[in-house]
Amino acid sequence: MRRAPIMRDIVIAVILVAVLAAIPYLTPSKAFQDFVIRCSSMALFAMSLNLLVGYTGLSSFGHGLFFGLGTYTFELLMQNTGLSLPVAALATLLFTCVTAIVVGAICIRLRLIYFAFVTLAMQMLAHSIIISWVSLTGGDQGLQGGIPRRFLFGLSLENQYNLYVFSGAVLAVGLLLMRHIVSTSFGTSLRMIRDNEARAAFLGISIWRVKLTVFVLSALFAAVGGMIMSLFVSGAYPELINWPISGDAIFAIVMGGVGSFLGPTVGTMILLLLNDLVTRQTEYYGLALGIIILVFALGLRRGLLDFITERLGGRPAGGIS
Amino acid sequence: MNSPAQPGGPPMLKISGLTKRFGGVAAMSDVTLDFAAGTLSAVIGPNGAGKSTFFNLISGAIRPDAGQVVFKGEDITGLNRAAIVRRGIGRAFQVASFFPSMTVEENLMAGIAAHRSQWSDLNHRFPRQGVRARALEVAEMLGLQDKAAVLSANLSHGDQKLLDIALALALEPSLLLLDEPTAGMGPEERWQMIEKVQRLWQQQNLTLIFIEHDMDIVFGISSSIRVLCYGRVLAEGTPDEIRANPAVIEAYLGTPVEEDAA
Repeated sequence: MRRAPIMRDIVIAVILVAVLAAIPYLTPSKAFQDFVIRCSSMALFAMSLNLLVGYTGLSSFGHGLFFGLGTYTFELLMQNTGLSLPVAALATLLFTCVTAIVVGAICIRLRLIYFAFVTLAMQMLAHSIIISWVSLTGGDQGLQGGIPRRFLFGLSLENQYNLYVFSGAVLAVGLLLMRHIVSTSFGTSLRMIRDNEARAAFLGISIWRVKLTVFVLSALFAAVGGMIMSLFVSGAYPELINWPISGDAIFAIVMGGVGSFLGPTVGTMILLLLNDLVTRQTEYYGLALGIIILVFALGLRRGLLDFITERLGGRPAGGIS
Repeated sequence: MNSPAQPGGPPMLKISGLTKRFGGVAAMSDVTLDFAAGTLSAVIGPNGAGKSTFFNLISGAIRPDAGQVVFKGEDITGLNRAAIVRRGIGRAFQVASFFPSMTVEENLMAGIAAHRSQWSDLNHRFPRQGVRARALEVAEMLGLQDKAAVLSANLSHGDQKLLDIALALALEPSLLLLDEPTAGMGPEERWQMIEKVQRLWQQQNLTLIFIEHDMDIVFGISSSIRVLCYGRVLAEGTPDEIRANPAVIEAYLGTPVEEDAA
């Protein structure tokens, strides 16, 4: 019985990806495929941030650093080396891992607002390096010129349909992995630290080890999101590592719900839909988004999925079994 | 040193010359105390006497400036909280400390998983085998078994104090530190709590040190009492010795205890 939930989740994920793959045969909407690709990228990013914010109580304001690092590292490796796509992706993850250990070691000992601001400072530092190092990164023009050798097991990811199915599948695998992480004993340690760090320490948990581990794991998922974005935009641009991108992920979490596992995914969909719909109608996108955030924060006082879960009599905010 | 007669055997905890300053204020100066295995000892003293600081120093929440803490023959001075917990010192707090987003059972399972070094386990689903059963055992020790499914944030104050102690017991400690187990309770509830604590002490073969303000309780159940005042040891001895100690009466008890209690 205990293994049933994960099997159920895998079955659901496979079915969803199959449905996703079938949809273009029914309707040829390119806009829908674009939406799914962007959504996969941003949802992975927002979900990874929620490992820190929602599960561990670590409010990072600079998580976009790892999203942007994923786009730039991947793009640089593809353009400047002869590595194949999967190898370049693995090398990107390795580089992200090392960076996250260094950044995490500096940040995780800080508390609350100090943690938030130092993570933000780290991202601004990375952004200014990207902007200034023109010979490597193209400065404020970003890395243009596309991505060569975009093949994965013989499939071209230049083909939009292939990239669309691939992105959906990567998101599904990412969600399954994160689902697994939060349901392990390690996942319970995250909630213990969020609820009561001192008590967790007095039960023998090494706080810094747990925090650094989750920091690195979440950075890796964010970098995967960044790589998908890089494939989608065929490049890497400074906006993808600038601090508003971290804000987008926080908005997605707030709108979708910190306490429900899939909250940030739902929040990402809302955010992107708003983005597409509102920018079509008005140039005051920020104003419209601000008002909607206020509705969630002051009206529902929680994210959409948390709200629904509570209405159905459930217990979000990190219920375990 | 004229330690009081202690029935339990060799010292479980030996503290010598323990000193801690906060800024210019000496919160603990040159405290030397032994706690024998299997005893139930009270630490008393007026507010600001350094009782909580004493617990914080033993359990690794803060590091001493000088002095030594020896637990079961091992020097544990300056080790961090987690390392000290793993050696068998459990602690409950003046303000009940637990995980409010979890039920009673989940709290205890989390504590037991931590005790079994599963806290970094990324392979197996929580809870692993045997953890739930053990959680119910621990809940039963404190009479919390009927509230296993209750969200801990919604428990009564007294039950939250019990849960805090249960979390400490999940660690199967040999030394248990209780910081004011009856804080904020009415008289009747206090004695129910103390009976539970006393039963635990007997059944689990614990060495137990508790901080308490209620002198009826202190003199009623302790095998020995240590009196702290301004970060120093004012007196130590059996309840009868403390009751008769002129320095204690003057500095702390004010009037003889019998009258105070009556």
